[in-house]
Amino acid sequence: MPAYLRPDTLDAALDALARQPMTIAAGCTDLFPATEARALPGDVLDITGIPALRGVARGAEGDVRIGGAASWADVIRADLPPAFDMLKEAAREVGSVQIQNAATVAGNLCNASPAADGVPCLLALDAEVEIASAKGARRVPLAGFITGPRQTVLAPGEMVVALHVPAAATEGQSRFLKLGARKYLVISIAMVAVRLRAEAGRIEEAAIAVGSCSAVAQRLGALEAALEGVALSDAPTRVEAELLSAVLSPIDDIRADAAYRLRAAGELIRRALADLAPEKERAA
Amino acid sequence: MNRPFDSLQLTVNGDALSLPVAPGRRLSEVLREGLGLRGTKVGCDAGDCGACTVLLDGAPVCACLTPAAQAEGRAVTTVEGLGMGALQQAFLRHGAAQCGICTPGMLMAATALLRERPKPSRAQVEEALGGVLCRCTGYAKIIDAVMDAGAGAEPVMPGAGAAVGARIERLDGLPKVDGRESYGADDCPEGALLVRAVRAPFAPARFTLGDVGAWQAAQAGEVHVFTAADIPGANCFGTIPPFADQPALAETRIRLKGEPVALVAGEAHVIEALDLAGFPVSWEMGDSQEPVHETREGNLLVRGLVRRGDVAAALGASAHVAEAEIETPYIEHAYIEPEAGVAWMEAGTLVIRACTQAPIMDRDDTARILGLPPEQVRIIPAAAGGGFGAKLDLSLQPFIGLVALKTGRPARMIYSRAESMATTTKRHPAKMRGRAGVDAEGRITGLEFDGDFNTGAYASWGPTVAGRVPVHASGPYHTPAYLAEARAIHSYEPISGAFRGFGVPQAAILQEALYDSLAEQAGMDGLAFRRLNALQDGQPTVCGQRLSGVGIAACLDALKAPWEAAHEAARKANAAGGRLRHGVGIASCWYGCGNTGLPNPSTIRVGITPEGALCLHQGATDIGQGANTVITQICADALGLPVGQFRLIGPDTALTPDCGKTSASRQTFVTGRAALAAGQALRAQILSLTNMGEDARITLEGATLHVTDGSGEARIALSDIAPDAHGYALAAEETYDPPTTPLDADGQGAPYAVYGFGAQMAEVVVDTALGTVKVTRITAAHDLGRVINPLLAEGQVEGGIAQGLGLALMEEYIPGRTENLHDYLIPTTGDMPEVKTIFVEVPDPEGPMGAKGLGEHVLIPTAPAILGAIRHATGARITKLPALPHRVLAAIAEAGR
Repeated sequence: MPAYLRPDTLDAALDALARQPMTIAAGCTDLFPATEARALPGDVLDITGIPALRGVARGAEGDVRIGGAASWADVIRADLPPAFDMLKEAAREVGSVQIQNAATVAGNLCNASPAADGVPCLLALDAEVEIASAKGARRVPLAGFITGPRQTVLAPGEMVVALHVPAAATEGQSRFLKLGARKYLVISIAMVAVRLRAEAGRIEEAAIAVGSCSAVAQRLGALEAALEGVALSDAPTRVEAELLSAVLSPIDDIRADAAYRLRAAGELIRRALADLAPEKERAA
Repeated sequence: MNRPFDSLQLTVNGDALSLPVAPGRRLSEVLREGLGLRGTKVGCDAGDCGACTVLLDGAPVCACLTPAAQAEGRAVTTVEGLGMGALQQAFLRHGAAQCGICTPGMLMAATALLRERPKPSRAQVEEALGGVLCRCTGYAKIIDAVMDAGAGAEPVMPGAGAAVGARIERLDGLPKVDGRESYGADDCPEGALLVRAVRAPFAPARFTLGDVGAWQAAQAGEVHVFTAADIPGANCFGTIPPFADQPALAETRIRLKGEPVALVAGEAHVIEALDLAGFPVSWEMGDSQEPVHETREGNLLVRGLVRRGDVAAALGASAHVAEAEIETPYIEHAYIEPEAGVAWMEAGTLVIRACTQAPIMDRDDTARILGLPPEQVRIIPAAAGGGFGAKLDLSLQPFIGLVALKTGRPARMIYSRAESMATTTKRHPAKMRGRAGVDAEGRITGLEFDGDFNTGAYASWGPTVAGRVPVHASGPYHTPAYLAEARAIHSYEPISGAFRGFGVPQAAILQEALYDSLAEQAGMDGLAFRRLNALQDGQPTVCGQRLSGVGIAACLDALKAPWEAAHEAARKANAAGGRLRHGVGIASCWYGCGNTGLPNPSTIRVGITPEGALCLHQGATDIGQGANTVITQICADALGLPVGQFRLIGPDTALTPDCGKTSASRQTFVTGRAALAAGQALRAQILSLTNMGEDARITLEGATLHVTDGSGEARIALSDIAPDAHGYALAAEETYDPPTTPLDADGQGAPYAVYGFGAQMAEVVVDTALGTVKVTRITAAHDLGRVINPLLAEGQVEGGIAQGLGLALMEEYIPGRTENLHDYLIPTTGDMPEVKTIFVEVPDPEGPMGAKGLGEHVLIPTAPAILGAIRHATGARITKLPALPHRVLAAIAEAGR
């Protein structure tokens, strides 16, 4: 009989993980679809009973902590600054309402799908991943956390405890756009997350990430740099294809071909930038 | 500290329970199998369909994705806990439940929404229900019902003689909205063995079984194993006997991935836990160049041909000629209910209660496989959670039948979503080429059609598709010269069978694209072109048949005003420029109802017991389309008693005479005619017993029939009449078989007795930077001859359009790659346009009260109309379906060259 543990403290969870390898389960929206079995296979550590892992909260210094078992519905309901609008928009496009009520943000990162809806937004929020084991804790930037499709830096005995968005990244306006072949319950062809901090109509800082167009979602550093100092209304015109193709490596699959993905990603970024320009400055 | 899981404490529908369950077990399993709350449906076990939606502390979640442990200390609400309330009434009133398999999920999602927002907007309803897939309705009526849940209205049943044409709720609707409906997976007799199949991992292949006995002995509990060697009868079946070629269990060769080679059966917990990858069988890669069936040279199953006039000469002399080539993929039926059923032995008879569209065919084929006389097999169709053609074929019937027969124990089997998608039939992928011409006035001179239809590993309905396509590929247009050939070609791929339209939807895509081109070349408006060429009464079809009651012109006329308005709106919208381009497209359909040039009788029995129960033996399987209601409406008016007084019996091969299969849009017509005749015959008996005239009024009160006319009243005391063999004091049984003639070598003849007609126009917005297409409105005009039930007919139209939209824009089954409902996309609530339905009634002299079939017609024009609208908006010609964004963008670029 495989073990199924549902501890109510983090320490108990970490102790269990230290003793033996276990499948860490939270929303189970990726674990169950991966099996036809009537029950989760193998030894399972269910972390949804740990109060300390729940919640989405703003810290005293303006940083934001998303608990390791916080659901997408928790994100949608949380009182967060406009820099998180993109994350809320992404949250509403994760599967369906049913999925959003169960699936967790951290699980989305740990599952490490190239099409994970949460990753581009959290990259554009400079999120850090807080990892713990019985031996201690560490923090890694999200960009370094996911190392490939279905691969993360999590070592045996480790689990994600929380995600942290530093105060500096909680500033600005943001927009998430997801392109799929249908409206709901869809795996994206391409998606973009854009966060802009602007002063007097000029971009001071841009954070832009693209998902489903590379093995791991990517920030577009060169494009971000190119947008610094640019008038908000001009921003869409600065999205050059080369700035994307240098970073992204889309593939052909059943949903679209690579060339289309690259083109669509550029178009989506332009639209997100246009959406973020104040109404009166928006180019026609 | 870990909480103990010896027992799970939770509240279900208000009852505090303590259950001994495995903590990692899917909540859906705990509810269904542990608590017997089978109103919660399982469609995918992956969160893709939402059928299993329950409320966990009021929030909707997929029960299939929820480990039981997470329900600890929480309140679970299932459809059984909702009871019969205003929302459920609204579902019935609006016809929101067709097959009903998604209904519990819809009700749960809607309940959660309505608790937060009692008066939601349409967009809010769409979003809240976006996670529940429905394959029948096209969602409009579901959304309408949720928005109208506040308005309580009692259903009104029409009186005697007023049933036909009345917008009545489906007569079998109640169990669909209160969670009691019993589908294939919902019946589990005591002591039932669970059955699973060992299936081939690839094809072509050959296989050798290893030491099965040793494997059995090594398992944790008793496991029965059955292979081809255990099949007592003919291990060969097929829907069309002369082409039967499919083994129930493979013997040596594997022709498609997923082909079954063995069955395992035993106690559920033992069978569930088996790792079938360890089953002792060795697979050897086969030669893909080897013919799929030795006797079928070139892998050609069958060729269908219709030839009329000299098409080469006609095209040569034409003022304009257009050509096109179009490719369509495999399309999956994607009903939300995977195949499921249960079999048991009852007094020497094998009883099978499973999903089906064709009980008698199931009975006869299963009996043959199991070496039983047909009378020793009884088929009781379970409520069907969608069919659309695929449940015409046998799936698990021989498996559970074999296990029940061999073990004497009830046997139960439920396909997984992947198993269902990989191993049951599909719509034929088509590679089609065509040429068509018109004269200087725009009159069609001739059409040439040539298509290869990938029929997959076994024959199934391939011959029907190859036969129907050439008959229908002209569309409902007068086509003086015609040559159409369709070939069903085998491959080592999934079996292509019947899917709403039998190949005609694919052919219509090519044909309507040709006519868009010809209209353009002739400088004509697309509607005007089609109206000019619309088939008229008395004109010969491409088969040389002269029809009456041809309604295509009336359908096109009904679209004239909306067509002009849509063009005006598109012109205005496009004048502003920008990346969004608006377009309008149109396409027609015709479809012959029933078998092609072959007999397909239906028999209906209606009787009144000595106690006064009015019983209709209705053997036409209702897979959601509404036969139970429509056939009763027809019989009611023929007899002259109120529809609300009827008690429905069946379908059940032991209780109902043969009404044939639910396919080919034949039930309203063929079974409807039988019901009409049976109702009339019973009426005639009653009138003759009382010596009353034709226009007498009959009422049934208790065990007494009252018959009144101008001259007075007579009574029949039913209890005074000795009951017949079926237990009826008065009864009638009538059969109807459509008058058709077989086609000759050139495809000439009278293949169908009744045709239905329709035309649809699509309005779309194409995003020319992303290639995305939003269908904003479909206006559908369909000629039903006589609308028996407008509510149900609208549901057919809306649902057919949803499938047509999927065919046009998103559906593409790729064997081995899209065996789930997140890679294989079907439309969600957010993808459906507004649908405006216009019913046209051009009575057919052969149809019951003039009625024609509808079920398949409605899907045919949708895709070509959408593709035409994309072309109108952007110039893009889509030659490979579906029109995914990258293909649309490439086609726009191509058009700009």
